Amino acid sequence: MKAKKRLHLGLTYILLIVLSVIWLFPVVWIVLTSLRGEGTAYVSYIMPKGYTLDNYIKLFTSSNFPFGKWFLNTLWVASASCILSTFITVAMAYSLSRLKFKFRNHFLKLALVLNMFPGFMSMISVYYILKALNLTQTHTALILLYASGAALNFYIAKGFFDTIPFSLDESAMIDGASKKDIFFKITLPLSKPIIVYTALLAFMGPWVDFIFAQVILGDAVDKYTVAIGLFSMLHRDVINDWFLSFAAGSVLIAVPITLLFIFMQKYYVEGITGGSVK
Amino acid sequence: MGTPLSTSSKTVLNSLKAGGLDIKLSTLIMGFANFANKQWIKGCLFLSSQILFLIAFFNQIIPSLIGLITLGTKTQGVETQEIDGIKIQVSVEGDNSMLMLIGGLAAVIFCLVFAYIYWCNLKSASTIHQYKTKGQALPSFREDLKSLSNGRFHMTLMTIPLIGLLLFSILPLVYMISLAFTNFDHNHLAPKSLFDWVGIVNFGNVLSGRMAATFFPVLSWTLIWAVFATVTNFFFGIVLALIINTKGLKFKKLWRTVFVITIAVPLFISLLIMRNLLNDAGPLNALLMNWGWINQPIPFLSDPNWAKFTIIMVNMWVGIPYTMLLATGIIMNIPSEQVEAAEIDGANKFQIFRSITFPQILTIMTPSLIQQFIGNINNFNVIYLLTGGGPANSNFYQAGSTDLLVTWLYKLTVAAADYNIASVIGILIFALSATFSLLAYTRSSSYKEGVAK
Repeated sequence: MKAKKRLHLGLTYILLIVLSVIWLFPVVWIVLTSLRGEGTAYVSYIMPKGYTLDNYIKLFTSSNFPFGKWFLNTLWVASASCILSTFITVAMAYSLSRLKFKFRNHFLKLALVLNMFPGFMSMISVYYILKALNLTQTHTALILLYASGAALNFYIAKGFFDTIPFSLDESAMIDGASKKDIFFKITLPLSKPIIVYTALLAFMGPWVDFIFAQVILGDAVDKYTVAIGLFSMLHRDVINDWFLSFAAGSVLIAVPITLLFIFMQKYYVEGITGGSVK
Repeated sequence: MGTPLSTSSKTVLNSLKAGGLDIKLSTLIMGFANFANKQWIKGCLFLSSQILFLIAFFNQIIPSLIGLITLGTKTQGVETQEIDGIKIQVSVEGDNSMLMLIGGLAAVIFCLVFAYIYWCNLKSASTIHQYKTKGQALPSFREDLKSLSNGRFHMTLMTIPLIGLLLFSILPLVYMISLAFTNFDHNHLAPKSLFDWVGIVNFGNVLSGRMAATFFPVLSWTLIWAVFATVTNFFFGIVLALIINTKGLKFKKLWRTVFVITIAVPLFISLLIMRNLLNDAGPLNALLMNWGWINQPIPFLSDPNWAKFTIIMVNMWVGIPYTMLLATGIIMNIPSEQVEAAEIDGANKFQIFRSITFPQILTIMTPSLIQQFIGNINNFNVIYLLTGGGPANSNFYQAGSTDLLVTWLYKLTVAAADYNIASVIGILIFALSATFSLLAYTRSSSYKEGVAK
């Protein structure tokens, strides 16, 4: 019996090692590629023959693909939309979770319906509305767009607010606190985890979105965010020159986001299961 | 609309009937009741909004609404004009149907907003009437403002988000939905030519006309993809979570982190990596050929059937860790007595999985499973970044072999400029998602509580 169990455990280890190799292979490959010193986009081997940091240096010295500029653009868009989105998401989630008002249930249903339309179905008309406001090819447009999208992203935060006991609000109300006081002095201090989660998620959005950014920024290469910038490096005409630097850029973007994600993993799981487990 | 609205509208009607001249006149002149009762600031706000609306109504709104109906009458072109007795060709600017449609819809929304302000005015008059009949003092403007931080705190919080929502979600969406009923395609591009309302012709076109030969194959692949993508991720994710949770296994946290790393890499990066890894000339093919396992590169992404298979496989690579992460939390909460009791009764691992673990995970995860299914119907990124919908299929209109409805929609708007067809597809996707969502929400108790509370 014990031998059988040990055999079983051994097989499990082997299986897990094989799976880990499959899962980590692409990640390792892109890191190796970013350090590869020779060749064009595709080579017929995995381990590079020579290692170099040139691909990283090239990212910050080229004027056709100004990665450093893109990085700063994205940082600015991400920071601004992070602040706005967090405010909007928390405000919506709090109102819909804790405050009682007449159209609340109607609004919840409306939000459900709105969420069911494919997001970029309205992309073209958003583009013309922004054009009418004279905002196309600007970062303001991107920030406004990401922030207004946050108005429908309240489910996870709402789930969190739902779990804070109402008795806290009630006792504060008996002591004469207004709803504003309750929001700022009682609920917000209790909600740090969800605020951190919302803010991080909003901050990460602009780094990985390329559909809306592409439509709004068009051919203004100077204003690109890293996602469209990296994507443009894979165009058929330039892929042979730029694939190695694409790999380098991907590594540079993926490392901080990976760290952020591992940091907020706990909130992520709670957010998703919190809504459904109850 | 339910009872709260009808009761409040009844009170307003009653006050209007019973109230004095000041109350009745505020149906014509907004804010009249407020002025008559010395609520100067409120009265001014109501009156000025009415004046603004009336000016806008004659200058902007009426032309916009007419434009919404006609969608333009003058085509852009060249016209012969006589200037100072000389006949010359002058190019004239035509109507831009697209801007007229947006403008018209904006006018409708503006009217609705005004209607709401008008309703607030009536309610305010009715409140004044009630206070007066009860003989109470009217609340001052400052007190009204104060209620924004207490009784009406939701208004303070939600106004800005709602303006954003109206401008960047609802207006564009209504606009796109209306396009489904026009002939705005590559033959009727604004501002060069006009487009017009055509009724439900486009729906007929997609469901049984010349688009049907593309629509139904794409729809069926969308559904096949959504089912496979959801089921494989769900099932294998749970299996992986169970494997990692095997009793006596060491380094559990390490194994989990290995898989979490792949979630954390931004999706567009990992998918672009996969696309290059699986390219005909890519490293995976090179590796297999070096080992002598194959003679020719496997067309992972360039053969229709291979591509479909590869997409589902890559999606497993992307999605299994997510399910694993969620399922781990659930598995840890399953009471161990049940499993131990079953073991004592002689059940083997598979039986325990089938009758104890799996059903429990399934009940908890059903809502998120249906959400994932809907998400997969709309899974733009995986398809667009891996194959771009390709390989090309000459039987389809503007779609490749692996295009989902969403990616087809994207191509129809961005590449083909067939906005009307794209919009019909969008509405049909909505119908599809709505059906499955309805299933999800009627089945999940937490959403019922959330809405009913």
